[in-house]
Amino acid sequence: MGYKYLLVISLFAFLLSCGTGRVDEKNHMPQQKPEKAGKAVITIGVVAPITGQTATFGKSTREGVILAFEQIENKITLDGKEYKINVVFADDQGSPEAAVSAYNKLITHDKVLAIIGTVQSNCSLAGAPLAQKHKVPMISTASTNPKVTQTGDFIFRACFIDPFQGKVMAKYAIENLKLKTAAVIFDNANDYSKGLAEVFKKTYEELGGKVVSYQPFPGEDKTKDFSPLLTQIKSAKPELIFAPCYYQAAAQIAIQAKKLGLAVPILGGDGFDSPKLVEVGQKDVEGLTFSNHYSKDTPSTQVKQFVADYEKKFNSTPDALAVLSYDASKILIDALKRAGKPDSEAIKKALTETKDLEVVSGKITFDAERNPIKSAAILQIKNGKQVYITTVNP
Amino acid sequence: MKKNEKMVWLAIGVSFTILYILKYGFQGFLQQLVNGLQLGSLYALIALGYTMVYGIIKLINFAHGDLFMFGAYISAFVGAYLAGRGLIGLAFIPAMLLSMIVTAVLGMSIEKVAYKPLRNKPRLSVLITALGVSLFLENFFALPAEKVFFPFNKIVFGPNMLSFPKLIDDRIFNFAGISISMVKSIDFFVAILLMIILELIVKKTRIGKAMRAVSFNREAAYLMGIDVNFIIMVTFGIGTSLASAAGTLYALTFCCLDNPFMGIWPGMKAFIAAVLGGIGNIPGAMLGGFLMGIIETYASSINPQLGDVSAFSLLIIVLIFKPAGLMGKFEIEKV
Repeated sequence: MGYKYLLVISLFAFLLSCGTGRVDEKNHMPQQKPEKAGKAVITIGVVAPITGQTATFGKSTREGVILAFEQIENKITLDGKEYKINVVFADDQGSPEAAVSAYNKLITHDKVLAIIGTVQSNCSLAGAPLAQKHKVPMISTASTNPKVTQTGDFIFRACFIDPFQGKVMAKYAIENLKLKTAAVIFDNANDYSKGLAEVFKKTYEELGGKVVSYQPFPGEDKTKDFSPLLTQIKSAKPELIFAPCYYQAAAQIAIQAKKLGLAVPILGGDGFDSPKLVEVGQKDVEGLTFSNHYSKDTPSTQVKQFVADYEKKFNSTPDALAVLSYDASKILIDALKRAGKPDSEAIKKALTETKDLEVVSGKITFDAERNPIKSAAILQIKNGKQVYITTVNP
Repeated sequence: MKKNEKMVWLAIGVSFTILYILKYGFQGFLQQLVNGLQLGSLYALIALGYTMVYGIIKLINFAHGDLFMFGAYISAFVGAYLAGRGLIGLAFIPAMLLSMIVTAVLGMSIEKVAYKPLRNKPRLSVLITALGVSLFLENFFALPAEKVFFPFNKIVFGPNMLSFPKLIDDRIFNFAGISISMVKSIDFFVAILLMIILELIVKKTRIGKAMRAVSFNREAAYLMGIDVNFIIMVTFGIGTSLASAAGTLYALTFCCLDNPFMGIWPGMKAFIAAVLGGIGNIPGAMLGGFLMGIIETYASSINPQLGDVSAFSLLIIVLIFKPAGLMGKFEIEKV
């Protein structure tokens, strides 16, 4: 019988050994420690998908935030008083359920002053009502669904919105590529994907194109085999496919389209922006074209400076998610300075008044629905790299 | 009476086929059939493991889908190692064989640690244990490496997506407007080959004979001098190695491993396929797997939302008319 007790004890030892470390431990952020008396602390929360199907989004977001706050040495002087800035990360795992608990943890346990995040629209939509209810200003980094900021006056974002991305790609397809028939395949369980597909269809048809096949699929986690849908699309003979999904599904669609001998251009949105797209799809994702928030090849000094700093610190090229989280942090820092005190109402007011703030992805001015007005870059995968094609203005 | 029933089912099948061809054309119909056979071959391979284990100890091994996942990861690691040394093309065969062996060892140790001590306890206890093993495997391998201490941080896979090395340069063959991809045909033919080998093992070898005997009557087999524990372990080994082969083929086709939870859905569908064909029955599992793949493909081509629904409704319909599954009536060879 002895081995049974041994088994139980070793199981407990194992359980105790995991899950104790917070994600920040191994990284560059200082841990939350008891501060010396007299020095005030501002706690900023960051929500991102650090694990899960969209984990590369979380990694970039995290690095962008770290870089932005390190450049001001994690402290800020408001009204003559110096505050230390403490950044706390929470993982939404790319799922709305986990997002709710991440927001809850930051708001009730860590008592954050403001929240940066989160990336995916479905998660931001789940978390935003909590931020609004507790009056915590929130700046979503990359949630492009229009409904996110409509939640309330405390919710802002650092990126453009779906209608704009859908419009840009429809325009690009008709005006630059001159292709008049399209198939749309999108994730019906995802607000981001659905939003882009609807706007693309509307704009494309207004501009004289024809959507010959409109295929929703039920969730990226459940759909792995796209061949039934792609076979249907193939028989409708479109000249291009618009697939506004995240990188994982996008890679699958590209791979499986090749397997069915379906060789038409595939267009998409900023969800394609991940090194995993090329890693998984390899040769099959060549030629995928998508709209994005920025390109490192954009001719601008702000971009060059940022890319240099980022490469120096993290030894990799920043993607759009890193830029947006960096920009969101900059917007927040700017608003803090103008607010002059760590008070959520004052920060909200300062955020609303943000005007012509120069950040990496463009000049930021918020409109009445707290969306920034800025331009989009069109990128294409060539030889496994993202190549800048053109910039489209609103 | 029996003949009439068969005619009714045949008529329903034929009329669905005709309606489908009228709506989507003959080419679309054939292409979807090819898609369905490929998906079905994977389901059939996984379903075989469910059915073998059930046949021999009346246990639904819920951890089977996770062994499928484990097999896929192992072959991804071996495949990446081989691809790193410039070995591509047929390198998927050693990767698959090695992953089959490693997964079989894991399957047999699970049987030894978790199921064997409960062999003579109420069947419900083993069932719950199987659920527990499934949850453990999923969540253990999903732990991020930096969060666990030394011996474990080398084994866990982590929660993030992994790409599967492109071991085969895919080629597309076109026949009369139907595209057949080489990788997908490999899926199909490897699955068929493994099924033939399994059939030979069960029918022609001493171990196969012993398996059938244990499945038929465990006590009697024991009295006849068959090493029952050994035979049960071998059955687990064969079943899990088939799941691992399915995992390798799945990863080869889709080029990526989502996360250690990836076995849940294929496992669930294959379980349904096994029940559909009559659980405990080997040809039944094959039939159920192919039927499942084909019907799911047609259903999701009509409406993508119908894919999963069709699987479960099919199960309900079949169980209403044939409670023992499609081939469950002939209880001649249960393994």
